[in-house]
Amino acid sequence: MSTSQPAMVVVHEVSKCFGAVRALDAVSLTVRPGSFHAIIGENGAGKSTVAKCMLGVYSPDAGEVRVDGVRISGPAQARGLGVGMVFQQFKLVPSLTVAENLLVAREDLPAFPRWRELRARLRRFLETSPFTVDLDAKVAHLAAGQKQKVEILKQLYLETKILILDEPTSVLTPAESEEVMTAVSALVRTGSLSVVLISHRFPEVMNFADEVTVMRGGRVVISLPVKQTNPAQLAEYMMGQSRPPQPLTKTSFPADSPALEIDQLVVQGDTGLVAVDRVRLRVYPGEILGVAGVSGNGQRELVQAIAGQRSIDSGYIRAFGEAFHPNRSSIRKTKLFTIPEEPLQNATVPAMSVAENLALRRFDQPPVARGRWFLDRGAMRDAALTVIQAFSIRPPDPEVSARSLSGGNLQKAVMGRDLMAGDAAILVVANPCMGLDFLATASLHNRLVEMRNRGGALLVVSEDLDELVELADRIVVMSGGRIAYETHSSELDRTVIGSHFGGHP
Amino acid sequence: MIVQSEFAGVSTLAVALLGAAIRGSIPYMFVSLGECLTETSGRINLGMEGILLMAAMTAFAVSQMTGSPWLGALAAALVGGLLGLIHAVLTELPGVNDVAAGIAMIIFGGGLAFFFGKQFVAPLAPQLPVFDFGGWSSNPAIRAALRISPLFFLGVITAFGLRFVLQRTRWGLYVRAVGDDPEAARSMGISVRSHRMAATVIGATMAGIGGSHLTLYFPGIWSEGISGGQGLMAVALVIFARWSPLRCLAASLFFGAAQALGPSLQSLGVGGYYLLNASPYILTLLLMILSSSRSRKLAGMPGALGARV
Repeated sequence: MSTSQPAMVVVHEVSKCFGAVRALDAVSLTVRPGSFHAIIGENGAGKSTVAKCMLGVYSPDAGEVRVDGVRISGPAQARGLGVGMVFQQFKLVPSLTVAENLLVAREDLPAFPRWRELRARLRRFLETSPFTVDLDAKVAHLAAGQKQKVEILKQLYLETKILILDEPTSVLTPAESEEVMTAVSALVRTGSLSVVLISHRFPEVMNFADEVTVMRGGRVVISLPVKQTNPAQLAEYMMGQSRPPQPLTKTSFPADSPALEIDQLVVQGDTGLVAVDRVRLRVYPGEILGVAGVSGNGQRELVQAIAGQRSIDSGYIRAFGEAFHPNRSSIRKTKLFTIPEEPLQNATVPAMSVAENLALRRFDQPPVARGRWFLDRGAMRDAALTVIQAFSIRPPDPEVSARSLSGGNLQKAVMGRDLMAGDAAILVVANPCMGLDFLATASLHNRLVEMRNRGGALLVVSEDLDELVELADRIVVMSGGRIAYETHSSELDRTVIGSHFGGHP
Repeated sequence: MIVQSEFAGVSTLAVALLGAAIRGSIPYMFVSLGECLTETSGRINLGMEGILLMAAMTAFAVSQMTGSPWLGALAAALVGGLLGLIHAVLTELPGVNDVAAGIAMIIFGGGLAFFFGKQFVAPLAPQLPVFDFGGWSSNPAIRAALRISPLFFLGVITAFGLRFVLQRTRWGLYVRAVGDDPEAARSMGISVRSHRMAATVIGATMAGIGGSHLTLYFPGIWSEGISGGQGLMAVALVIFARWSPLRCLAASLFFGAAQALGPSLQSLGVGGYYLLNASPYILTLLLMILSSSRSRKLAGMPGALGARV
């Protein structure tokens, strides 16, 4: 690592359109050398677009990005000026080792590398770097936190001076987040690095950033030192005039027998290893049970098993005291619905219209089905319009394909299908608000609480602990495929729960 | 006396089997190594069967016309590379599926070989020289078994060479990166297209060399059924070998031996000609069933194999 100063980044009046959508509208901001600069905003506010303009991936329609006075014209040139980015989706090759991933990223790798020499060089580099990683480990075998560290190391190894981090802590345990952010901000303090942090988490912005730029609807609302503001004020800047709906109050619902019972459930993962290990869960009517944990600890497989997407090795799932099988008659009888993550792939037929997708639960019953063989398109359309209106799905057209909806609107549609049209009694949902903005999240949360208040049983799997704290009555932590910890949300202690995320309290 | 002759019979069988395994393994070896390289880059080339046929015919024709079997082998390699280039270009076109293009290439290569090969059906062509390791024995069966083609040694060297290239060179790292996660490779400035095309062409060139063995080794004739599905089986073999060059080598020997089992047993008077000759195919099926699983992903499989990017 050289110790030269990072450059000043000036974003000047940058505008960028994608088709008819104005993603950026005369955005200006300055990242001072050696500062920790946070960019916050709702989804679609333009944070990532600004970052990609800094990186040279997008060229602005108007305005310019200058690094030390030099105008950015393309990715290679930006790279040469020391701009690098860690993306939300890791850009590491899984089958290569950590060392190979680091070396492959460098342009100066010789055609016939002298491995011994290169490894020695890597070791020396690691001694000066903030993290330790096993150079010989295959990336595929690393946990998300480790991969994140390798990504940051890769950028440092590439001698990045201006490091852009896109929602870096979204896949990390609280402890890992703390470690990574502390190490990165320590590097900033030495003056050898500038960091641009894209985030929607106020705590990390308040704790680590020097300056913060708030974006909304493709514009900069304000840039100011973090010391001069507070989360409430930032939230106000982020949302502008619109206000999220008031959270619904939870009413208690008397119930003595569980709606959903899962016992001794064992499910295999993709690699044939046990992913869900003898899990026992009870969800009562009028209750939201939250499943917390870092992704990759069996949550996905648990949800897939309930949804019938993955076969069960042993154990059982019972709904209202009866064995549950994920077939149409059992689903219809128990009204147990599952909304897996990535709803476009897992809960819709992408090429079918929104109306058809909304009818998937009930296309074989009246009023949509007429006789045994025919569909009533009109009834299908009317039913769809009701859901579209109630859940304010955009565009409000039942005939567009599910694929053409944005992630947030698709999630609303899937929720609408099961909550409204399906009248769910038990709902299993994975990461319901991933990719949704503040307002959409707040209104979806209210829908879930509404279902709970009328006696529904909900199993909500989420990587966002804050979300679960807000929503759930009880929270369990999944770690290494097992239920590692259980607590009532009201008695929740974040340090204690965080320590169970890694499985080693 | 009877016991001794039976012993001689069995040991002769063992040597004959070994010789036949070595001989029979050569096409498998080159095709599977070529496919291994191609698939490591994320491409599938099912057209190996067509390449094998076209290369076998070309090797035979060139050897006959020029009188040099080495030129024949070289021409076979070039023709293999050329067909590989067609596959590489086709599969880079938007909307073209690897498997569909590969099946088309099987038919195309085969048809082309039959068309040009018509005039070469009868005569013999000069064959590649062999290393004669059986000179010490007076037994003709053993002497025949230990005539080993130089291509065998070339194949073994290729296997170790491929392993070295994939594990130890920059180009190999790039090919692995491109095959496992093209998105990540691209972010590192590695060209997905050029590495995949190069791997496909080089892989097909290797298969071409394998094809030359079919016609430039005893008995050295060209016929339309000469490849007998070996190109396809070699593709399956790569899966069985989990995309490792050295395991491809071992599996090729194994398949070669299985292929030799039928004729060898027959020479001992064990009946069931068709059934015995089907043994390599049955073996392929068995291996595929045993080595695959419905619920788990294959270890070692390139992450982006055959995927559109």
